[in-house]
Amino acid sequence: MNNIVLALEGAWHVLVVGLILGAGLPIIFALGIRSLSYGVGGAADIETHEPHLLGKVMAGLCFAIVIAAVIAGVGAIVASGFGWEIGF
Amino acid sequence: MTLTLVVITALVFDFTNGFHDTGNAMATSIATKALPPRTAVALSAVLNLVGAFLSVQVALTVTNAVINIQDANGAPRAEFLNDGGQALLLIVLAGLVGGVVWNLLTWLLGLPSSSSHALFGGLIGAAIAGLGVQGVKWVGDGTTLDGVVGKVILPGLVSPVIALVVATVGTSMVYRITRGVAEKYRNSGFRWGQIGSASLVSLAHGTNDAQKTMGVITLALIATGHWTDLTAVPFWVKVACAVAIAAGTYIGGWRIIRTLGKGLVEIAAPQGMAAEASSAAVILASSHLGFALSTTHVATGSILGSGLGRRGSRVNWKVATRMLLAWAITLPAAGLVGAAMWLIGHTLGGLFGTIVVFTILVVAAAFMYWYSRKNPVDSKNVNDDWIPEDLRPPRDLVSATASPGKRKGAAA
Repeated sequence: MNNIVLALEGAWHVLVVGLILGAGLPIIFALGIRSLSYGVGGAADIETHEPHLLGKVMAGLCFAIVIAAVIAGVGAIVASGFGWEIGF
Repeated sequence: MTLTLVVITALVFDFTNGFHDTGNAMATSIATKALPPRTAVALSAVLNLVGAFLSVQVALTVTNAVINIQDANGAPRAEFLNDGGQALLLIVLAGLVGGVVWNLLTWLLGLPSSSSHALFGGLIGAAIAGLGVQGVKWVGDGTTLDGVVGKVILPGLVSPVIALVVATVGTSMVYRITRGVAEKYRNSGFRWGQIGSASLVSLAHGTNDAQKTMGVITLALIATGHWTDLTAVPFWVKVACAVAIAAGTYIGGWRIIRTLGKGLVEIAAPQGMAAEASSAAVILASSHLGFALSTTHVATGSILGSGLGRRGSRVNWKVATRMLLAWAITLPAAGLVGAAMWLIGHTLGGLFGTIVVFTILVVAAAFMYWYSRKNPVDSKNVNDDWIPEDLRPPRDLVSATASPGKRKGAAA
């Protein structure tokens, strides 16, 4: 019985972290892709697509967040592999 | 001699673990053509290799999760050491054979099932046969999630659901946000995201799964007096396990990759990215929080979720049901094989019994490999359209119409 309570507790934590990182990061990534599609408008968008400067900055920011999170993820794997404790 | 056979069998298990799970990380990238099939498995293999070396933490107590043959520090229990550890070796060998046979059978059927469950199932079966039901740790002492129920069954039920929810939310949001973005830019962008997230899954897999085999081999070495340090794994064991899991990954379980990438959901790049991100996050979060789970269950849950989250995408529930059934019977089926192997080994006794058990494994593996060649799936046809079983042409018709040259090419 105790096991079930513990399992639900563990599952709850994993679900929250999973939603923040596992769904949050793709959402930020998608925002980046969306920003890049914000073009200068007109016929330019149909022939060759040149994203608006603002779009580029936004996209850069989004991708930077995602890359930072991925590096943190690799860091977490390495750190736990060496038996270090990390909190988040 | 017995020890050698145990080590070989453990490495064979590690190898099957590798190819059984290639699809968990790479099936979606292969299906969306983010990476060519061969490149995908090579990348995954390298990351598994690296991951295996990163797992410095000692995994000596791996069998403690489900059976009672070690004490809390990882040392074998004294009652197994009377005859040079032979009793313990037989349980471990029988358990490993159970795991390998089940892994091969599910691979032959193209079913993604958990390698950890197969290993644990085999060990549980061997322990029941050898020690009786009290040889199995069914539940822990109640303070932590432990035992068969806490470390295998409950996480097995819960983790695919978590992954499914995360991937559904991620996929539906990603599609909502990028609505109106030209398909061309959307796909090329998400392919990069997909490769990144799949790489994370591969790395995490190497750290988690290679450890289990390292723990089992080291346990056998300790039981026979070839190793005494309870705080470290011999370096050659680490190298052997890392290479075995990476080689297995590189061989690629194409049948399973095909089921995951084409059979369950027709996947597009944004879905693939959302699925892999969900898998990576759930696997990392749970290993950090000490919640034991199977990479396979998480990856499959994520892929199903990516199908549910995209409007108009269809999940092939027939395949999904078959797979769920395989998950449910993994533990008892591997257990039955493990128990049978222990009985055979014990009845025949000594080295002879061990050799017979090992021979059974070799024959079973050879048979399943031979059978798989009748209907090969490899890097060339892994992405072919998925035709439902009832619409497939009868097999003899296929072989009659295929030109000999083409068949030869497909088998290479």
